[in-house]
Amino acid sequence: MPAIIDLAPTHTARPRKATSDSLPARILIIGTAVGFMGLMFVLPLIIIFQEAFRKGWEGFAEAFDDRATTHAIWLTLKVAAITVPLNTLFGLAAAWCLSRFRFRGRRLLSSLIELPLWVSPVIAGMVYVLLFGAQGLFGPSLKEHGIKIIFALPGIVLSTIFVTFTFVARVLAPQMEAQGQAEEEAAMTLGANGWQMFWRVTLPKIKWGLLYGIILCNARSMGEFGAVSVVSGHIRNKTNTVPLHIEVLYNEYQFVPAFAVASVLALLALVTLILKTLTTTQRGAA
Amino acid sequence: MASPRHVLPGFRLSLGFTITYLSLLVLFPLSMLLWKATSGGWDHMISTLTQARVLASLKLSFGASFAAALVNAVFGLITAWALERYTFPGRRLLDAMVDLPFALPTAVAGIALVTLYAPNGWIGAWLAKHDIKAAYAPLGITIALAFVGFPFVVRTLQPVIADLSMDVEEAAACLGANRWQTLTRVVFPALLPSTLAGTTLAFGRAVGEYGSVVFISGNLPFKTEIAPLLITMRLEEYDYSGAATIGVVMLAASFLILLASNLLTQWSRKRTGRA
Repeated sequence: MPAIIDLAPTHTARPRKATSDSLPARILIIGTAVGFMGLMFVLPLIIIFQEAFRKGWEGFAEAFDDRATTHAIWLTLKVAAITVPLNTLFGLAAAWCLSRFRFRGRRLLSSLIELPLWVSPVIAGMVYVLLFGAQGLFGPSLKEHGIKIIFALPGIVLSTIFVTFTFVARVLAPQMEAQGQAEEEAAMTLGANGWQMFWRVTLPKIKWGLLYGIILCNARSMGEFGAVSVVSGHIRNKTNTVPLHIEVLYNEYQFVPAFAVASVLALLALVTLILKTLTTTQRGAA
Repeated sequence: MASPRHVLPGFRLSLGFTITYLSLLVLFPLSMLLWKATSGGWDHMISTLTQARVLASLKLSFGASFAAALVNAVFGLITAWALERYTFPGRRLLDAMVDLPFALPTAVAGIALVTLYAPNGWIGAWLAKHDIKAAYAPLGITIALAFVGFPFVVRTLQPVIADLSMDVEEAAACLGANRWQTLTRVVFPALLPSTLAGTTLAFGRAVGEYGSVVFISGNLPFKTEIAPLLITMRLEEYDYSGAATIGVVMLAASFLILLASNLLTQWSRKRTGRA
C-alpha cells in the first residue's frame, strides 16, 4: 500500500541524542516549534473554553437547556451510530484484502480508498445533491415515492460516510501488512474455519489499531461540517447537526452558547488525541 | 490475480464488499460530478469558469493554500526535527498536539480562529495596532489553511527523519564538514523530497477546506470568497451545472496533487533508501 502519509506512525523510537546541534541551535529550534504550535493550536483551544465559560458555569449549562441544542446532539449521535459501524466493516474488509492478498489493481484500489480524504467536503456533499436533489438524477422519482434524502437524515448519513470513508482502512491496512500473516496461516492449517481465525487470531492482533481507527472515524463523523452543510438544508430541530448548530448560534451572535457547544466537540477532540497516544503506545508494544 | 496457493480465506468476500461499497458510495457519486458539469457542453463549462467571480475564488483558494503550504513547510520541518531529534519536557504532548487539526471539527476551529484574529480578539487587536488586517482578509484565510495543513508536513517528515542514518552525518563530520555544511549538503537534500511531499499534501488539503475558513474569511465576492464556498452558493441557487463545473476543476486539482505527492514519496524513498 503506497502509504502517502502515515496517519498513525507505529514507531515509538526514542529520539537519538542530539549530539550534533549546538545548544543555542537546539533552543532556537525547539522554541520555534513550541511557539508556532502554541500560537496555532493551543491558543485556539484556550479561547474556546474561555468563551464557553465567559458567563461562568451557569451560562455554560444554560446553553444545553435548549431544545434545538439537545436535538442537534441527538441527531449527531444518530449519524455517528449509523456511519461508524458501516465504515468499520468496510475498513476491515478493505484492510483484509489489501494486506493479505496480491492481486492486479491492488495499488489502484488503495489509492481510490484514499480519495475521499482529498476531495473537498463541499464536493462530498454536492455529489449526493446531484444524485438525490430536486433536480438530481434520481430526484424526480424519489419525489414521486415521497422519499426524502437531501435535507433529511439519509443525505446527512451518506455524506458523512463519504467523508469518514478512509480512516479505519487507512489505519488497519499498513498495520496488518506489517504484522504479517503467519499466525493466520497457522490457524488455518490447524483446522480453524474463517470466522474462528478472524475472532481468535486476527482481531486480538489488530485490536488497538482498530480502536484507533474507530475513534478517528467517530471524531470526524461527529464533527463534519462542510459536507453535511451542503445536504442538510439547515432546518432547525430537524437537520441541524452539532457543528451546523454551532454555526447557527454563532451567526445569531449567541457566542456563549456557540462556544459552550463547541467546547464539547473540542473535548471530544482532546479525548481522541489522548486515546490515539495511548493506542499508539499499545500498538508499539504489541 | 490471487494465486491458488493462498491458505487464507475471504479474498472474494472482502474484495467484493470493498469494491461494491467503494463504487456505490464514492465512485458512482463522484462520476455524477463529471456528468453534471459536462451536461451543458464545453461552451457552458468554459463560460462558467471564466466568470470573474469564479476566477477570483479559484485564484484565492489556490493562492492562499499555496502560501499556507509554504508556512507549513518551514514550521513543519522545524517541528518534525525538534520532535524526532531532541528530548525536552513536553515533547510527547507536543507530538500528540500535532494531530489536533485531524480531530478538532473544522467549524469549531473556525469560530475559535475568527475570535482570536478579529479586530477585538487577542491577536487581532495586536495586529490592528500595526495596521494588519487578519480576519475577513486573505491573511486570515491563509492562517486557517495553515492550521489544517500543518500535520501533513510533520507526519510525512517524522518517519524519514527518524530513519535518517546518523552514520552519514558522522561520516560528513569525520571528513571535516562543519555542522552547517553537514546540514545543508547531507541532511537537507535527504529531507527535501519528503518535505515537498508533505507540503503538497498540506496544499491539497487546504484547497478544498471549508469549515475552518468560512468564519474567518468574511466571504465577500471577488475578495474573500473561496471556491468551496462559491460551490455552496451555486447549489443554493439551484445552479447545479455551475457548481459541478467548479467542483470538477477542484477534483482534477486533487488528483494532480495526490499524484505529485506519490511521485515525491517515491523519489524520497529512492534518495533515503527507505523500503
